[in-house]
Amino acid sequence: FRLSSLIGHISTCPSLIGQCCQRHPGSVDEFQEELVIRPLHSGDIYASFQFRTLWDTDFLQEGQKVSHYRLFPKSLGQVLSKFSVRELHISFTQGFWRTMQWGQPFIPSPPGAELWVWFHDTVSDVDGNWKELTNVLSGIFCASLNFIDLTNTVQPSASFKPLGLGNATDHRFLRYATLPREIVCTENLTPWKKLLPCGSKAGLAVLLKSEKLFHSSFHSQAVHIRPVCQDEQCTSKAWELRQTLNVVFDLYTAGQGKKEWSLFKMFSRTLTEACPLATSSKVYVDITDNPELFELSPATPLLSQAVVLGDRRTYSVFDLTRAETFGQLRSLNLLLRWKGDGGEMLRPLLHAERYVAGFGLQTGEIHTVIYNNHPYRAFPVLLMDSVPWYLQLYIHTLTVTSKSRDNKPSYIHYQPAKDRHRPHLLEMLIQLPPHSMTEVTVQFERALLKWTEYTPDPNHGFYVGSSVVSALVPSMVAMNTNFTQDQPLFSSFVPVKEESSYFVRVYTEPLLVNLPTPDFSMPYNVICLTCTVVAVGYGSFYNLLTRTFQVDEPSLPLAKRLANLIRRIRGVPLLT
Amino acid sequence: MGLLSDPSRRKVLTGLLTRLNTPICIVCYLAGIVWFMGLAFEPFTLRTYMSENAMGSTMVEERFSSGERALSLAKEFDAHKRKAGGMPVEWLVKAMQSRGLEVFTQSFSRKLPFPDENKERYMVRGTNVYGILRAPRAPRTEALVITAPCSPGNTNNQAVALLLALAQYFRNQIYWAKDIIFLVNEHDLIGTQAWLEGYHHTNITEYISGSLRGRAGSIQAALSLELSSDVITSLDLVLEGLNGQLPNLDLANLFYAFCQKLGVLCTIQGKLQRNDWDTAEGYTHAAQTMMLMVLKQACGRSWGDHGLFLRYHIEAASVRGINSFRHYKTDATTIGRLLEGMVRKLNNLLERLHQSYFFYLLPSLSRFVSIGYYMPAFGLLAVILLLRALDLWVHLGAPALAAVDGVTEAEQPSSPGVLTVLTPVVISHLTGVALYLLPVHLQEMAVEHFPVSETEAVVLTAIAIYTAGLALPHNTQRLLSGEGTEQGWKVLKLTALLYLAVLLGCTALINFSLGFILAVTLVPITASITPALYALVMVLLSPAFTILYCVFIYQELIEAPVSVSEGWMLFLSVISQGILDHALYGSLVYPLLALFIYPCWLMFWNILFWN
Repeated sequence: FRLSSLIGHISTCPSLIGQCCQRHPGSVDEFQEELVIRPLHSGDIYASFQFRTLWDTDFLQEGQKVSHYRLFPKSLGQVLSKFSVRELHISFTQGFWRTMQWGQPFIPSPPGAELWVWFHDTVSDVDGNWKELTNVLSGIFCASLNFIDLTNTVQPSASFKPLGLGNATDHRFLRYATLPREIVCTENLTPWKKLLPCGSKAGLAVLLKSEKLFHSSFHSQAVHIRPVCQDEQCTSKAWELRQTLNVVFDLYTAGQGKKEWSLFKMFSRTLTEACPLATSSKVYVDITDNPELFELSPATPLLSQAVVLGDRRTYSVFDLTRAETFGQLRSLNLLLRWKGDGGEMLRPLLHAERYVAGFGLQTGEIHTVIYNNHPYRAFPVLLMDSVPWYLQLYIHTLTVTSKSRDNKPSYIHYQPAKDRHRPHLLEMLIQLPPHSMTEVTVQFERALLKWTEYTPDPNHGFYVGSSVVSALVPSMVAMNTNFTQDQPLFSSFVPVKEESSYFVRVYTEPLLVNLPTPDFSMPYNVICLTCTVVAVGYGSFYNLLTRTFQVDEPSLPLAKRLANLIRRIRGVPLLT
Repeated sequence: MGLLSDPSRRKVLTGLLTRLNTPICIVCYLAGIVWFMGLAFEPFTLRTYMSENAMGSTMVEERFSSGERALSLAKEFDAHKRKAGGMPVEWLVKAMQSRGLEVFTQSFSRKLPFPDENKERYMVRGTNVYGILRAPRAPRTEALVITAPCSPGNTNNQAVALLLALAQYFRNQIYWAKDIIFLVNEHDLIGTQAWLEGYHHTNITEYISGSLRGRAGSIQAALSLELSSDVITSLDLVLEGLNGQLPNLDLANLFYAFCQKLGVLCTIQGKLQRNDWDTAEGYTHAAQTMMLMVLKQACGRSWGDHGLFLRYHIEAASVRGINSFRHYKTDATTIGRLLEGMVRKLNNLLERLHQSYFFYLLPSLSRFVSIGYYMPAFGLLAVILLLRALDLWVHLGAPALAAVDGVTEAEQPSSPGVLTVLTPVVISHLTGVALYLLPVHLQEMAVEHFPVSETEAVVLTAIAIYTAGLALPHNTQRLLSGEGTEQGWKVLKLTALLYLAVLLGCTALINFSLGFILAVTLVPITASITPALYALVMVLLSPAFTILYCVFIYQELIEAPVSVSEGWMLFLSVISQGILDHALYGSLVYPLLALFIYPCWLMFWNILFWN
């Protein structure tokens, strides 16, 4: 109902649209939606939704007041202008992206919630803005973002650069925080869907049914807001809102055991129309491995080639704005049928993992292992670690070893923690030798918390957020210098610059660390017992030990005392 | 405390304690023993109950049904094991991969300090294969482990097969919140130790092992499965781990609850529970079960693969299938369901198992004795040492007190110098160090000079040093101060008594059983020692003989009594196993006995030859 009224509203007000077009020729709000489906070698399937809303306004300019919203969600627009946000990235992820089985994701995210924001450089009280912003976002997304405070916020100096317009480099205006424990569920999905112009009523968003999305191996939803250029000359700015949702469906838990996927099996829906407000609405299916690995039906003549994450991929394109896509049944249900076993996947060039070594509740060691699987190229990576204060890092024990040799980082930014105020931040630029495993270790001591600082389930352990590895990875396309099949010779000698490397961010798994925990099950007994023991035992022993004893004369019996009284009067020697 | 600060009353109290010292000590000793034996009496014990909320109220449904498939898999595994002449690594990797697990291998090697004659191994080289079931939408922070050893011969084929069948079934379920690691380890405990050290990147026992590639966060609990027949009559739960550590009692409760639910006969220490506690047989049965647990715990070794997990704060237990001649049989599907139920409940855990007891004794699976109940038994024994020490202290101090009074008496014999006490202490401890170090280090020399194998060499060297310790010139004080004075040995005895009390107290806190057994044998002899005592009595109650008695009692309790010569052979193997356990897994019983208990006992031995 809301949608039809919205459409009705727009269609009955052509003058409004006309006006806006007159003011900014060639620039209106725009909405695009797309879904990429990539069959994975493991038999699983990866579906990635992207919804892009372009907002043609620049409220950061002086005196610009924005009160009219068309496609862009008003709740977010108000937040942006109120807190002078330059860029905002927020992701909610349930699960861990398995790089070694699934390759690189289109948009990486760590387990739990991640939020990073660049504020405009006119903001004077960044921390205050940040605090309010997290509370507001917490309300918008129905998430526990209000648990973000100074003890888990850091200001990375190099790892998180703005992705949009402008080259702000002063990291005083950047705030980064993760909540590794955040659990993502339908309550976070609903507000996220409400930000879409068509809601979940039409277009690709009809596929977003929570009972299927959360019956998967991996679920991640994100919102990215950044300023972009309106046109090629970049004369005017626009705001881009990108809502992404990535999900990986598991072959085994989907039942049946047949290696066969369809839109209906994945989402329990088929596609029947595009979102009427969308200028483009497309479904891409990665068919690079077709037909050795699987076959796709219905086949489409539309193909598109692109270099994605350093690899040349071919996609079948289904344009939902064209009626013939839906065929006679007036519904699109893509079907992928595997043929035999999937071949070996190309190993991802960059991979990282992390674990806690040692045993006992006093000390431990964090190991971060970064793999460079490139056969002959070395490349640098930026490693960022944010460790809560209750793990007291011994930074002098920091070692970086590659191929059992010391590997000195060329850049180290370390900000020690302050108890109960801020976490450790460690950023390092490390050169990874080709085909190597680099191990970063640092020892820590587990702090004993005050008894009110423990969580309600202290024996579960405490989380340490993922460390972030950012790198420019040499691409596969450039790797293959012998690749001349469908390229003219003159173009293939020197690798094309933009294809020679690509930016990747890899998140490691979060850590669950047990801290020394008192027995909370009977604090009352314990307190009573210890107090009694201390008071009675210690008090009286102390008394015994410090007192000097003197043997006093035993007092005489009454009869003797009377006798003595008489003797004293008589002047005779006294009895003893 | 007012009692003590009043000098006259203090005098009365000390007078009472010194006058009645011997009767009080005897009463304490007897009371300690009786208390301990009373622990097995059912009305004195508590019924076990599930403390953990997450495992209690949430019922799970068991649906595992591929027991038959597991058995055919066991045959296949057996064939491949024979063909490979050991662990069929490739087959296992393929089997796990085809079930949708992430599979990794770890190779390890370890040269034992001397050949292990029980298991016939010296240079150990092996591979662990493990597959990780990644829980959907979980961030790899928590894991559970199910392990089955790949044993030589015909044993444990069904365990590995059931593990694979469970993996296949578990992989298709959506409800997992923790990753599940399926581990098939080679060379039983050595493989487990190598894997655990690899997983936690520690190196405490000098293993040479390959690094692990796949991890799944912090391990919350582990189950070890041993199964060698297609059908079983009962399942035995093994809890005793390294250094006498026990898993949380809730793990035992969980096992018991599922055995009840599925109607599986369950035993502990191989003994079925009896219902007739009020008869003599019923009581004896419970006492035997508890004594077995005490003996097993005291020896400080890991009685199954689970025992090594406990060091890493991972609650673990072994489940062992037993096939005897009863005709009530349980099939593989039911065992699979039992494990499924247990793993699902462990999967539901929000926190590590911590609600229930970590220190307990089990007279049966449904009854337990907590630390609060068994500690008084030890306390009654330990207090004897303190009473004797107090007695000695009063006797030693009495003449000095008299001197303070100003009464001019004959000059008291001057109190013995520090050297007279220190020398025997140092000599005893040096003997202890020799007992700890030499057996392993001198084995080559011993093998060269005597016609014995390495293992025998080590054990016989240990016994030789132990005996040589008795023959050392202990009466050094004669060289220092001429004749041994009465005061001299009393001071030495006082020191030794307090030392022993501290030693036993600390041991009992960590491993009650070991502390209690040592106290039972050491306390009477050390409390009553004077230079006039017979040396033979002293030797018969020495630590080595304690071990020998324990061997015989243990054999008696497991209903496999042995002759004296067999018992002696067992005693020798127990010593070699003790030394091996220390070298391979870091068990602390051997160093404790060699470096502390034996020297302490030698100090008392010293008193015997004072004059």
